[in-house]
Amino acid sequence: MRHLLSPLDFSVQELEDLFDLAADIEKNPGKYAHACDGLKIATLFYEPSTRTRLSFEAAMMNLGGKALGFASADSSSAAKGESVADTIRVISCFADIAAIRHSKEGAALVASRFSSIPVINAGDGGHEHPTQTLLDMMTIRTLKGRLDHFTIGICGDLKFGRTVHSLVNAMSRYEGVHFVFISPPELRVPDYITEMLDEKGLSYEEKISLDEAISGLDLLYMTRVQRERFFNEEDYVRLKNFYVLTPKLMSMAKEDMYVLHPLPRVNEISVEIDKDPRAAYFRQVQYGVYVRMALILTLLGIDVDSL
Amino acid sequence: MLNVGKIEEGIVLDHIEAGKAMLIYHYLKLDRTEYPVAIIKNARSEAMTRKDILKVECDPDSLNLDVIAFMAPSVTVNVIKGGEIVEKRQLHLPEEITGVLKCHNPRCITSIEQELPHIFYLSDHTRQIYRCRYCEERYTAGVLEKRYR
Ligand SMILES: [Zn+2]
Repeated sequence: MRHLLSPLDFSVQELEDLFDLAADIEKNPGKYAHACDGLKIATLFYEPSTRTRLSFEAAMMNLGGKALGFASADSSSAAKGESVADTIRVISCFADIAAIRHSKEGAALVASRFSSIPVINAGDGGHEHPTQTLLDMMTIRTLKGRLDHFTIGICGDLKFGRTVHSLVNAMSRYEGVHFVFISPPELRVPDYITEMLDEKGLSYEEKISLDEAISGLDLLYMTRVQRERFFNEEDYVRLKNFYVLTPKLMSMAKEDMYVLHPLPRVNEISVEIDKDPRAAYFRQVQYGVYVRMALILTLLGIDVDSL
Repeated sequence: MLNVGKIEEGIVLDHIEAGKAMLIYHYLKLDRTEYPVAIIKNARSEAMTRKDILKVECDPDSLNLDVIAFMAPSVTVNVIKGGEIVEKRQLHLPEEITGVLKCHNPRCITSIEQELPHIFYLSDHTRQIYRCRYCEERYTAGVLEKRYR
């Protein structure tokens, strides 16, 4: 049985097939509207994330299926002390596929080991959030027409940002990708990422100033500085305001430099940018639904053309 | 030099970093066997000034020694048969270590799911780095610490 725990669980070719399928879903939604008739997804959210949970549920409903589950640990059996291992064994009797989000790292792996249905990791603490990475890649592929040979700037909290680590890992499998890491010194990208890039012989640079970097970028991935990562409010406030993407900065960027952001944003992208055709962050959310639809079909082994 | 009787059949773990013999004793779960064990602490050594030595009278193949390679790569293993050293055993870093070490990452799922086996896999041979199968927290061979238990 196939699960998705990390974006690297899929080969580059399998990802190509997944993105092709997602693109076909975008073009011909009607063709897929009954692909999962009678099937159910269980969304097991031990940690609340309304946007991600609704995206999974919408994806299943778009395919004609139904959704059930819980939205936080206190409304679930976890509050009574039931383990992830036991919960997934029970849920396997109710649903055909599960998406699990948990604050502890490795929770999805545990679920997959005890499950008799495919498990999708919908975020396990600071570890992985593979469907975010897949939708980031789908967005890039759609907007740029390719996943290789470009310069991508990644800006903000590169130290704690899980989506950043996952994205760099996944993109490091493509040729000619040059990474520009833009962060305050306190939030530098961790050594294990630069070591991995060194090992693979991939090119990257580290910068502090977004002003200096922006004109050379083909893509800009902005991230939010998360309050919960800081012990002291003063540091948080100072670093939170370190980068703010403004129309003035955008005027220095290439005409086709798309801006991505995993959302929610705080103040790192000024709302005036939303009108800029290069703002891609809301389109990312839409691609997220298509990618999750494609993922559900792939993990369930459903081929619409043979139905 | 302190004199401890020779053993007929078993193993001698030599060149243990001084003070670590008891930890290795526990890692090998010797407290749960009935094997005769001699623990020599702070023996004088040319190479290390002070070292610990562990002698165990047992079937040499009955102990999982590969775990020692992870915990204390400096240790040498002498296999004793008929009162003589018949083999100086090379230790290899095991591909996977299960149920011996505990992951100490408080964000790891193993910190709350009690019945899970703690599994570590060898992620980098040359740098002797293991990672927790669940959270990928890194553990470097040779850094022998109490908190791993
Ligand atoms: Zn762990």
